[in-house]
Amino acid sequence: MCLAIPGKVIEIISTKDSSPFFQFAVVEISSVRRKVNIELIKEEGVLPGDWVLVHVGFALEKISYQEAQEQLQMLSLLGEEKQFIEEIQGYRLGKEREDGPQDKEL
Amino acid sequence: MQFVDEFRNKELIQKTAQEIARRVDPKIQYRIMEVCGGHTFSIYRFGLHELLPPNIELIHGPGCPVCVLPMGRIDEGMSLANDDSVILTAFGDMMRVPGKKGSPLELKAKGRDIRMIYSPLDNLKLAIENRDKKIVFFAIGFETTAPSTALTLIQAKKLGIKNFFVFSNHVLIVPAIRAILDSPDMRIDGFIGPGHVSTVIGCQPYEFISKNYRKPIVISGFEPLDLLESILKIVQQLQEGRNEVENQYNRVVRWEGNRTALKVIQEVFELRPYFEWRGLGFISQSALKINKSYAQWDAEEHFQLNRIVLTDPKSSQCGEVLKGVLKPYQCKLFGKVCNPEHPVGALMVSSEGACAAYYQHTGRKEGITDSL
Repeated sequence: MCLAIPGKVIEIISTKDSSPFFQFAVVEISSVRRKVNIELIKEEGVLPGDWVLVHVGFALEKISYQEAQEQLQMLSLLGEEKQFIEEIQGYRLGKEREDGPQDKEL
Repeated sequence: MQFVDEFRNKELIQKTAQEIARRVDPKIQYRIMEVCGGHTFSIYRFGLHELLPPNIELIHGPGCPVCVLPMGRIDEGMSLANDDSVILTAFGDMMRVPGKKGSPLELKAKGRDIRMIYSPLDNLKLAIENRDKKIVFFAIGFETTAPSTALTLIQAKKLGIKNFFVFSNHVLIVPAIRAILDSPDMRIDGFIGPGHVSTVIGCQPYEFISKNYRKPIVISGFEPLDLLESILKIVQQLQEGRNEVENQYNRVVRWEGNRTALKVIQEVFELRPYFEWRGLGFISQSALKINKSYAQWDAEEHFQLNRIVLTDPKSSQCGEVLKGVLKPYQCKLFGKVCNPEHPVGALMVSSEGACAAYYQHTGRKEGITDSL
């Protein structure tokens, strides 16, 4: 539950929808790419190349590259690596560019 | 210890541990509570408790969302799955937590439609794919997870999804700390503050701990060095007669927290007048209920749940362990009857539960020799 996984923002998914609650990014976590909701850090501004902490499908906070690396090392030492890859792969929001029509709605 | 050796900053870790040992007054017993289950897990996994002088005692706090849920509440949530039109969803942690009538996983084995999800957003997808079903999300978690549930509800409202409901069990860390401070059988000298919760709420909400209770709290990261540094800061404060809120994890946690996250929590939730916590009893204004403007998505409103009041099995002492009155291995069931494969109590389920962390990473010998 406390698991927060560092990932690298690959691209911001632009949305035609102008609603305030919709922003996603493609985030790469241990070479797995997933759509992650970036609503909570939008105010700070998010750009490709930024590192973020991901928790249950949402980017919780922006972090530095160094912090991300240390956190990744720690997770692997904790033996949590498998668990977080499973989590990331488990997001049903689907992979980058494999969006079905329903994903567009979310 | 073996894990500490793998760290680049091994030397710093040793130095910090030595500094702690140098600073403590050998005549005083220090009781430090790590509030967050993630910290508990780290401490045992890396064997940090072995690096501390014997007069520093770490007390495990209530910061494990599945551990603090009373059994009755688990059964209330699971009763929803008895409805054939319901798909009940939960995070992995929740799936193995025993209620009176078994865990969600056991209920699933009996043919109920209960599914594990990884993100609250998965619920919306399920709702769209299963228009004829009601998707009910058994939501748990502290302030770290509450914004994601809130955002999911905001999305549901915006998309006009009507077959999605949230059974909210979101709880707040600050009232729990207050309850611990007010508890007559607890003596805590200082707190290691939660890392990820604080990214959301910031550091200000902890100021009452220093102002009203005169105790230090240091918000900490999760790495061995983070935790040892935080313990050192607490010891320094105690030695110098200070009691302040310090932010050791300032590379991630901002003093003011995450405004957007707090805003979405406020948009969707309101405070419950009181909520029952395992081991701590009823704590006022300690949990989040879905507010009126989102009542349509509130499982408690929609399904008119009956409150189930249950006491834990007599033999298990989860409550005492949760409050830090007993160590995990001092529970009568520890290891033999209650273990991660067959958890009797919730503290043995989640990796953040004190008992599971203890069982996995320290010789069970202690427990066994203790009970001889």
